[in-house]
Amino acid sequence: MRFPVLVEVRLRPGIADPQGATIQRALPALGFDGVQEVRVGKAIRFTVEAPDASAAGRQVDELCQRLLANPVIEDTTVSLGEPV
Amino acid sequence: MTTKVGVVVFPGSNCEHDVVEALQGLGADAELLWHGDATVGDVDAIVLPGGFAHGDYLRPGAIARFSPIMVSITDFAAAGGPVVGICNGFQVLTEAGLLPGALQKNSGSRFLCAPADLIVASAQSALTCATNVGDVVRLPINHFEGNYTCSAETLQELRAEDRIVLRYVSNPNGSIDDIAGVCSAGRNVVGLMPHPERACDPLLGSDDGRRLLGSLLATAGSRLPA
Repeated sequence: MRFPVLVEVRLRPGIADPQGATIQRALPALGFDGVQEVRVGKAIRFTVEAPDASAAGRQVDELCQRLLANPVIEDTTVSLGEPV
Repeated sequence: MTTKVGVVVFPGSNCEHDVVEALQGLGADAELLWHGDATVGDVDAIVLPGGFAHGDYLRPGAIARFSPIMVSITDFAAAGGPVVGICNGFQVLTEAGLLPGALQKNSGSRFLCAPADLIVASAQSALTCATNVGDVVRLPINHFEGNYTCSAETLQELRAEDRIVLRYVSNPNGSIDDIAGVCSAGRNVVGLMPHPERACDPLLGSDDGRRLLGSLLATAGSRLPA
């Protein structure tokens, strides 16, 4: 089965996010005064071949740890879709 | 016997020739190693130069750590061989797990390109053995992701084991504990954000880099058979 995967990579709390800070500073100029806590991350989409959802999840967790995120500065959230 | 240093070229490295020239100026034999090579050969020391290995895609150093030559570099380091990562090379070494911590974006949201004064915090490393604690050296910095960070436990370990090698006199990027460079537990793997190879001639404003690269050659030379 082939599972669609969405991995969201976020900077951990306390890690500098100059992009997020810059976006937040720009928003009031457009009239958006109430926006706070802007954080910029990455969304990585792919599909993975696995016999079932838990095997797919294990594979994705491992590749997140080994490549997609640096655990010193980043967290990940994995969303596994219905197999296609 | 002349000390032979391998300078690793990844796709996107851009400081390799500066490193080779600086090392040759110190009397070493320096050669370029391609990231796709299976082995580092018979080199006595290795330098991972600055640049944008693999375009810095995903994160600086994230893809480079899987380059074929990294297996051989890891073995070389495990055997006590001196390995220095400069700037992007430092980022590669942290991603590869050869050095602790990570380099995050500068706290001031700016790419920094300026001379920086650094204090030698430990003279017990492959890159500082010919200096003294408290010496101040001036080297250029040139980075956007140079803000060193690590867990509180790692920081405590680095301090307790005297593994913080260089500190900024005036912290330019938000690095924790003013850290500009650290070394491995074995003291043979060193990473730093400033560029010693760009400070090897008084014409460039400083030749303090010669003391650091000279330390590397001294470390490598001390391992050679007499």
